Amino acid sequence: MNAIDSYLTPDGRTIGAPVMEMKNITLRFGGVVAIKDISFDIREGEIRAIIGPNGAGKSSMLNVMNGFYHPQEGEVHFRGEKRGPMRPHQIAHQGIARTFQNIALFKGMSTLDNIMTGRLTHMKTGMLSQIKWWGAAQREETANRELVEKIIDFLEIQTIRKTPVGRLPYGLQKRVELGRALAAEPKLLLLDEPMAGMNVEEKEDMSRFILDVNDEFGTTIALIEHDMGVVMDIADRVVVMDYGKKIGDGTPEEVRTNQDVIDAYLGVAHD
Amino acid sequence: MSANFYFGVEVFLNGLMAGVMYSLVALGFVLIFKASGIFNYAQGVMALFAALTLVGFQNGQIPFAHLINAIFGTDLHHFGWHMPAFLAILCALGVMILFAFLVERYILKHLVNQEPIILFMATIGLAYFMEGFGDLMWGSDIKKLDVGIPQGGNIWLEENTAFLGGEDFYGFYLDNLDIWATVLAAILVTSLVLFSQYTKTGRALRAVADDHQAALSVGISLRSIWVIVWSIAGFVALVAGIMWGSKSGVQFSLSLIALKALPVLMLGGFTSIPGAIIGGLIIGVGEKMFEFLIGAPFLGGATENWFAYMLALLFLVFRPQGLFGEKIIERV
Ligand SMILES: Nc1ncnc2c1ncn2[C@@H]1O[C@H](COP(=O)(O)OP(=O)(O)O)[C@@H](O)[C@H]1O
Ligand SMILES: [Mg+2]
Repeated sequence: MNAIDSYLTPDGRTIGAPVMEMKNITLRFGGVVAIKDISFDIREGEIRAIIGPNGAGKSSMLNVMNGFYHPQEGEVHFRGEKRGPMRPHQIAHQGIARTFQNIALFKGMSTLDNIMTGRLTHMKTGMLSQIKWWGAAQREETANRELVEKIIDFLEIQTIRKTPVGRLPYGLQKRVELGRALAAEPKLLLLDEPMAGMNVEEKEDMSRFILDVNDEFGTTIALIEHDMGVVMDIADRVVVMDYGKKIGDGTPEEVRTNQDVIDAYLGVAHD
Repeated sequence: MSANFYFGVEVFLNGLMAGVMYSLVALGFVLIFKASGIFNYAQGVMALFAALTLVGFQNGQIPFAHLINAIFGTDLHHFGWHMPAFLAILCALGVMILFAFLVERYILKHLVNQEPIILFMATIGLAYFMEGFGDLMWGSDIKKLDVGIPQGGNIWLEENTAFLGGEDFYGFYLDNLDIWATVLAAILVTSLVLFSQYTKTGRALRAVADDHQAALSVGISLRSIWVIVWSIAGFVALVAGIMWGSKSGVQFSLSLIALKALPVLMLGGFTSIPGAIIGGLIIGVGEKMFEFLIGAPFLGGATENWFAYMLALLFLVFRPQGLFGEKIIERV
């Protein structure tokens, strides 16, 4: 499948060329090998899932993608170019946004302000011309504000616009965090366990938002999920990790029937 | 109303004015603490250094003159010009911004993710370095600082309030310098709050204060935020240095104003901007009123020296997170 330039999903969307390619990534922490020689790609317009048991190295993989971790070996290619050593905030400016496994919001700030920070990569006016009510800075702020309001409507969180996010229940915090990442209009959106710790209803809502984002804005999404069931429903292709190694890669149907994957999920003893 | 009541009001006003200055100094601490988790021990020395630099520019002193003379046997002291106060303040500000760059480049950058105690130790080192460096650069003699702020009692206020209290009351006596300092500090404090609430950089600053990882993920460069924050702290130090230096000369004891900020921080919480403001006012008014009502009549006076610390101690016992600080809950 990797050799071709595009493919068609069962529901009729066209998936394009690779946006990001991970090539032979190895990441070590002292003696611990978190990621062992893993390669895979993420293609334009697809929902790519990374699944695997706890400690498999999924979050580490996401951290490599957005530059928090620097792999000892391997290459990351983004939009056709090999990425040099870059810092996380520079990678954000390239168009990669993310959410975190343990929600990382700006707790003292309102929902609106949190999502506005997502627009920082699109703001250009300089330090000295940015007082809100000064010409260019104000126009910029207004334009960005409009987009942020759209995101707030889209995520159905109008009622908590002014609430400090630290006071929101867990499920809503996850949603605000998604909103902040969306505000960046990312070329690649990384979600680390967006449904962890949610009840069934919240999970359904979140699945719907993720599908809608992908569908309406054509956003390329890589998401980590612990729960196999959810992933099978929304992902186009799935990478399966276990103990830092890739043990499966393909459509949900392909990985579901893969014996190594079944073993890992049933907890068969490793030799 | 009896004259005594108006004396009380006068004491209250003096307390408020002292309080605004405490708030200003405390704000310097809070900004840095919020953005980088560093308790900046050097904040007081920064005020001293800023004031020294200002006087140096004003008087056209040649930096490192003593050192140069000692090495080359020359006898240099002054450039021979006198810089206008406004220009000298701008130059001193420039030096403080340069200083912020150097701190980020040579200290903070190398200490990312270190324990708070290590960062604290680094600022102690920085404080002693700056103190010595300031001496070496500008000489260690006591200097007079005059940027044209009027000093002495405000006659106008005194004459126009004399009618209030009858025979024994001669009107409010407030020092011009204190009034100026209060107005300037109040303007500065207000602009800092507006800056942090309503500008893009202010929003980034608050973001960094809340969560470093998340800030990076939305494209904020921690290092540039640190430069900005230390520049602002340098600016605050310069203003505090000007006010205190005008009052009692530029000398080592100026760096001790930082000690006054400590109880303010305990009261207001280390992470709260409103806390620093209110905390400063409470301590300013509290210590003056306590001295006036209880200290002088019953305790033999001089209670201003310890009142702030007493109050801080009480807060530490009953409300350790301060007035507005976030509640400290250990996650287990
Ligand atoms: N910053 C780190 N320092 C040391 N070890 C780490 C770090 N991050 C992850 N690890 C280790 O890497 C392995 C994979 O962790 P992680 O990527 O969080 O797994 P997952 O997200 O699949 O549960 C674990 O053994 C974990 O302890
Ligand atoms: Mg994880």
